[in-house]
Amino acid sequence: MIELARRAVEATVAAGASDAEAYLSEDVGREVRAHGGEVESLTAATKRGVGIRAWIGHRVGYAYGTDLSEAGIEALAARAAEVAGLADEDEFAGPPRTGGDPVEDLELSDPSVGQWPTADVAELALAVERAALEADSRIAGVEQAVYADAAERVAIVSSTGISGEYGSSSCYAYLQALAESDGGRETGLGFGLGRGPVALDPAAIGREGAERATAMIGARKPESRSCPVVLDPTVAASFVAIVGAGLGAGAVQRGRSPFAGMVGSEVAGTALVLHDDGLDPEGSASAPFDGEGVPRRRTALIEDGTLRTYLYDTYTAHRGGGAATANASRGGYRSQPSVGFSNLVVAPGTLGFADMLREADEGVFVTDVAGLHSGVNPVSGAFSVGASGQAIRGGELAEPLREFTIASDLVSMLKAVRAAGAAPRWVPFGGSVSTPPLLIREMTVAGS
Amino acid sequence: MSDSPGLVEPEVAERAIARALAHGGEFAEVFAERTAGMTMAIDESRLESVQAGAGEGAGVRVVSGGTTYFAHVDGLDPDDLERAADEAAAALRDERVEPLPLQAVASTPQPIEQRPAEVPAERKAALLRELDERGRGAGAEIAQFMASYAEVRREVTIANSEGLYTGDDRTRVRIGAQAVARRGDSVETGAETLGGHRGFELFDGDPGEIAAGAARKALVLLDAGPAPAGSMPVVVGGGFGGVLFHEMTGHGLEADHVQKGASVYAGKLGEQVAQPLLTAYDDGRMPNEWGSDSVDDEGVPTQKTMAIEEGRLVSFLYDGLTARRDGVASTGNGRRESFRHLPVPRMTNTYIAPGEAEPEELIAEVQRGFYAASFAGGQVDPATGDFVFGVSEGYLIEGGRVTRPCRGATLVGNCLEALAAIDAVANDFEMKTGVCGKAGQKVPVGTGQGHVRIGAMTVGGTEV
Repeated sequence: MIELARRAVEATVAAGASDAEAYLSEDVGREVRAHGGEVESLTAATKRGVGIRAWIGHRVGYAYGTDLSEAGIEALAARAAEVAGLADEDEFAGPPRTGGDPVEDLELSDPSVGQWPTADVAELALAVERAALEADSRIAGVEQAVYADAAERVAIVSSTGISGEYGSSSCYAYLQALAESDGGRETGLGFGLGRGPVALDPAAIGREGAERATAMIGARKPESRSCPVVLDPTVAASFVAIVGAGLGAGAVQRGRSPFAGMVGSEVAGTALVLHDDGLDPEGSASAPFDGEGVPRRRTALIEDGTLRTYLYDTYTAHRGGGAATANASRGGYRSQPSVGFSNLVVAPGTLGFADMLREADEGVFVTDVAGLHSGVNPVSGAFSVGASGQAIRGGELAEPLREFTIASDLVSMLKAVRAAGAAPRWVPFGGSVSTPPLLIREMTVAGS
Repeated sequence: MSDSPGLVEPEVAERAIARALAHGGEFAEVFAERTAGMTMAIDESRLESVQAGAGEGAGVRVVSGGTTYFAHVDGLDPDDLERAADEAAAALRDERVEPLPLQAVASTPQPIEQRPAEVPAERKAALLRELDERGRGAGAEIAQFMASYAEVRREVTIANSEGLYTGDDRTRVRIGAQAVARRGDSVETGAETLGGHRGFELFDGDPGEIAAGAARKALVLLDAGPAPAGSMPVVVGGGFGGVLFHEMTGHGLEADHVQKGASVYAGKLGEQVAQPLLTAYDDGRMPNEWGSDSVDDEGVPTQKTMAIEEGRLVSFLYDGLTARRDGVASTGNGRRESFRHLPVPRMTNTYIAPGEAEPEELIAEVQRGFYAASFAGGQVDPATGDFVFGVSEGYLIEGGRVTRPCRGATLVGNCLEALAAIDAVANDFEMKTGVCGKAGQKVPVGTGQGHVRIGAMTVGGTEV
């Protein structure tokens, strides 16, 4: 692979680029969808492709394709150089430099991905569904139980001396359980993830879906008010991911982040400690190097309530005059790298969940949010999103609640974090995030 | 077929289908695809993110009983197809099944006057510079402006064991504009898009209008106060306001949700679910509309399906698999993001038919309410019917008049209640473009309506 990437770089320079970078990926995956005790679909997938970045002085262009033949690579190299010529000059645009040696001993692959036959992973998906159905008589069905895994290899080579390759594996399973009672219907999501199927516990995943669905039976709208709010890890992770996007130096430098100009300032309650950790062995985004081939690292973002730094890739580091934090992200060979978080990790606190509810006393426990992509203004940080969950009365969980919204803005919310729970969890939605539940002093809840 | 030859020769497709059925199955299909596209953007008045992409590949599926076996590969060589066919068939253990010989079925792609790939890149760049100028020129308080351009041509060839051999040639272009306005500590954004299943001629009119529109929204919001919180009448704007119907009803009509009992509309066919003033369609044949195709991704001609007739639920939206299960014909709604995905029932262009009322009347009749002029997007859980919409431009209605703009509002509610509460539909019909996500797949969809009023809905602002 690395040889192919090297040839792509040479072809791009031959086509007129002053510098070039090639990213190759190869991916073998499968997916099982189960429903009603049967396998609904079984997918076997292979994906491979190459993306080439070409620089002509301070102009940059990108081209990607799936034709890895010599002629295909040459055509793509020429195209990358051609589109680079269309871009305007940007004095900060330039190829990445190596920035040190990649970490060698990361364990990113689990052999069970390749070793488990398809029949076994199909059985895992079916077991997830069964566990939900057996957990509670009010579970009327499961819309879908899904298992998916993938083994990927990535190679990056640049004309500036970057050259690296690594492999990784990942898998996940989830289900959407349906609970029915008194004519009402509720859904509940259960999920688990790991590097291979051995890491998944189908019974726990099924049970979680069932518990979340049945907990919502009989839910009604809460009264509109301002009150303490406890965010379940899945919900906290969604907000942390949005915060992480706002900490990207790209958004900051272009005046489109609520965190612009706040490095060194107070942005959060001291209970919230946040790192970007590209090397956490459990993080699904961990890798020896980032999307530009720069070695991944661990970066403190928020400590003692203070914003320590933004996240940088090569371009934003040039532009900001700082060092790259190895935060170039890629969504595969079809997208050029841009600044983004790797794994966001919220440090766990000491408060158990029951103690957290007692601290909240009277408030709302939010277990699900909807409409994040339309309800958050990433520039101003203001948000209002749909939510469901349970009331907290006298420091204990009470009746289920639905059809309400929670509203605030990102900085106010971070400053209002009063405690982080003791038990963190990896959540894969909207990026890789590990977080415990969070207690927010006050938020607007709008219901009836 | 369309006027271009198929991506895969019929003989090659036939061989792949036969191999896919080598170990049983009652249906097999080859879906071949070639895409080529280009995107660019302007930001800080600098042209950047110029990107060209191309790819081709095929997906082969075999249906046996309740199970679909699917494999996909990059590349369209006969070897690639056979590899995919063998992988799809690998888990089957039955007797070989003989497919029907292929028969070509002609399709007429949407008319494209000016192929975007043949338009010089400089004109695309000039279009973005024009948007930038219009957006920045809209007011001194416009602090940031970005615009993007995207074109894609997607050729598909579909062949199956029932003897179908057909295809489509799809070209889409879309531009988007986003403005950031700033006054002191307040920052607001506005966005607009223009797109179609169309060539570069889409931009013959005044494409700069979307830049001015995005800037105007951001500027208006600088004067915004907090949004109200609580239940009240809501008037929804035309065009992208149609995302309301898309989320509230469209997803619940997709037959896969219905058949699993995971839709609040299951078992309601023939019932009155809305007031008689409401009629709604899904129409994949609207000329040059963003969500239109000649055939769907299973090769079934797209069609105009009446979903709600004068308030009565009259049809669900089917792909081939769910149609067979219900013993009906596919409604041409089998869509897939690419050859890497299985087709599922999806909307095309979904809209509420125009009513009789003038849009002003809808507002004049409201004493205290909320006017959602446009949405940033929405989301629904079809099983419970709970939905949420982010309002990108909202106003307070007081004494029958639109008074002040509001920031940061979200609408939440339940499908069946909200649909039944639509008590007025205006005549100012308009279509807009959207990108819809379902089961991890994104497809282009059109949404449309005139102004619509909902008797009562929860507005989630911060002013309790």
